[in-house]
Amino acid sequence: MAKEKIEVPKLTGKIEIPRIKPGAALVCEHHKAKEQMLTELGYPSALVENWQEKAIAKMRELLNKYKSLKLYLDVCVRCGACTDKCQFFLGTADPKNTPVGRQELLRKIYRRYFTPAGKLLGGLAGAEDFTEEMLKEWYAYFHQCSQCRRCSLACPYGIDTAEISMAAREIMHSIGLGTKYTDEIILKVFNVGNNLGMQPKAIKSSLDFCVDEMKEAYEEKGITNIDVKIPMDVEGADILLVVPSADFFASPHIESLLGYAKVFHQAGISWTLSSYASEAGNFGMFTGSYDGMKKVASRIGQAVRDLKVKRLVIGECGHAYRIAYNFWNTLTGPFDTLDPKYPVPQHICEFTYDMIKRGAIRLDKSANDEFVVTYHDSCNVARATRMGDMPGGQFEIPRAIIKACCNKFVDMPQETIRENTFCCGGGAGLLTDEMLEIRIKGAMPRMQALKQVVDSHGVNFYVLICAICKAQFTKIFPMYGFPMDMVGGVHQLVSRAIIL
Amino acid sequence: MLSTCYTFSAYFAIVIFVLGILCKVWKYAITPNPLKISLTPAPTNAAGVILRVILDASLFNSLFKSNKFIWLGGCALHLALLIVVASHIRFFVSPVPELIMLLQTFLQSIGIFIGAIFLAPIGYLFIRRVWVDRIRFVSIFADYFILILLFCIGLSGITMKYFIRPDLVAVKTFIMGLISFSPEPMPTNPIFITHFTLILILLAYFPFSKLIHSVGIFFSPTRNQIDNSREKRHVNPWDR
Repeated sequence: MAKEKIEVPKLTGKIEIPRIKPGAALVCEHHKAKEQMLTELGYPSALVENWQEKAIAKMRELLNKYKSLKLYLDVCVRCGACTDKCQFFLGTADPKNTPVGRQELLRKIYRRYFTPAGKLLGGLAGAEDFTEEMLKEWYAYFHQCSQCRRCSLACPYGIDTAEISMAAREIMHSIGLGTKYTDEIILKVFNVGNNLGMQPKAIKSSLDFCVDEMKEAYEEKGITNIDVKIPMDVEGADILLVVPSADFFASPHIESLLGYAKVFHQAGISWTLSSYASEAGNFGMFTGSYDGMKKVASRIGQAVRDLKVKRLVIGECGHAYRIAYNFWNTLTGPFDTLDPKYPVPQHICEFTYDMIKRGAIRLDKSANDEFVVTYHDSCNVARATRMGDMPGGQFEIPRAIIKACCNKFVDMPQETIRENTFCCGGGAGLLTDEMLEIRIKGAMPRMQALKQVVDSHGVNFYVLICAICKAQFTKIFPMYGFPMDMVGGVHQLVSRAIIL
Repeated sequence: MLSTCYTFSAYFAIVIFVLGILCKVWKYAITPNPLKISLTPAPTNAAGVILRVILDASLFNSLFKSNKFIWLGGCALHLALLIVVASHIRFFVSPVPELIMLLQTFLQSIGIFIGAIFLAPIGYLFIRRVWVDRIRFVSIFADYFILILLFCIGLSGITMKYFIRPDLVAVKTFIMGLISFSPEPMPTNPIFITHFTLILILLAYFPFSKLIHSVGIFFSPTRNQIDNSREKRHVNPWDR
């Protein structure tokens, strides 16, 4: 990444489609994974001699394993409907950051080595040799996709760029090319159990500290009988709560963790965290590795069995909820031992919403009177999951909780929320310092939408349910002139409003 | 000589067209879905999913939501294709069904307009492809080729209808001969020969081109999967 100062886009409140600047984002590249990391993960330790051949072989394997990949490489007509949908194109103006531009990088190789037209006619059929320059483009652009699927929504055939960039990333890994950020984190999960590499003892002491602080805060207000706990590794508890490990100590994540604890406490249901399954996130998805994703997810199934819990609940984390909702059952299920009366797994928002509806918890809206709140639909939750029984519950339930917790709520413009929501700009392995320029530019559309409601309604609190979004926005907000502490979790609002 | 050559080519093109599509369909059908990837909000039952796919395939629902200009061009082109193909049915069946006769009478009554509704959307999509910088950037030669091919087919068709009329009886005799496997002589009208040649090229090119989107759309997992991951366990066929 360029070392000079990054120019932060100016906020006007409008999202404009830029004129293209080919190659503008090619220089923004992830640090490459170190030899030892790659070896430990079972990949070649550096770019292999015959990488071209290996890559084509891997592509052939994936084409036979994934309907999505096979189909989506064939059916694109380049109609252009997706070209103004990706936040990374809107932010960088690089046409290879349009969904179709990104897909074409793989499609060109596919045509060259797998289609009759491409083999015969080459460039005329849109085929290209897999050259070193092409590999460089792959490495840059396929790691600039946050797998948010806004493009898939726009596509007449539902072509999902996430599927294509996952395949490209897996192919690159198979020839010895990975990103340091993601590989490092996956190894931490393999070896320690969570993305942050926190040992059980460290988690425990962080949680104890957090509970003590909360009690002190209540005591300052004259409330002394608070016995909210954050239990860990309690065998036989009703609920196993799996949260992104950032919730254990990062800010503002930990505020939401307190929110979950208070909800469980008021609901009077026994619950526990697990030091073994201490991570909801799963960066295996980011590298496109089915096996990696499965190995990370296996900790969840194991903890469910070991702790003999009856229910499985997942905390505020976007891609984690996608994997939990859609993949856990396949990867680490079936969850036969869990109570079938409840969704498996259940999102913490579904749980809290249920408690509010039943009157099991009471909320004092005025506790959040200093806030005018808006809600950011995290991409993975919005376009890859559901909450409750009705399609679209993933939009309604968090909003219903927010509205139960505060008096002033306003939505950002329609074309930037719900299924049309923008990614925060930090998903799918982008949340690393060397990618800051892409993260800033990728966040631009969201920042424009926020600017609108800040100007029109005085919004001063921005809540969401994703650990990556929280980390990304707390970093990016100040650069756009918004205060960092404007970012918070839905359960942060709950935590403030809940009457103990 | 001409007749033999075209009879052979016609069968060749049709075989490629049919087998090519069948191969693709087979491939799409047997390639597994390891994981559930439906694009939500998605229907939670089979009926809802069928409706979703039908709406996408018939009214281009997703495209309508994402880009009205492309939707308009796409709709116009596909509708025109449908009308044009329907109006050609009279060359393939004998006797001609009542409904097709009615359509024919209707089309006759609106005159040159029918040619225009075919050529206009092609021109519109071509211009849009060249005009919008980001769409021009991602376009490949094949994208222009198919528009030009369709345009030429339409143009030769219009020329025959309004300017250089071939012997329609001879055309029908030739076509019916192909269908009944008892070849008849090929009409020698040069515009007809051009028109017919281009169509054979289109047929043979179809399965290898982006035109395969016409069958692919029914296999798209983000659209045709039921949103029921929690209720019904999905098993990955290659990881049991």
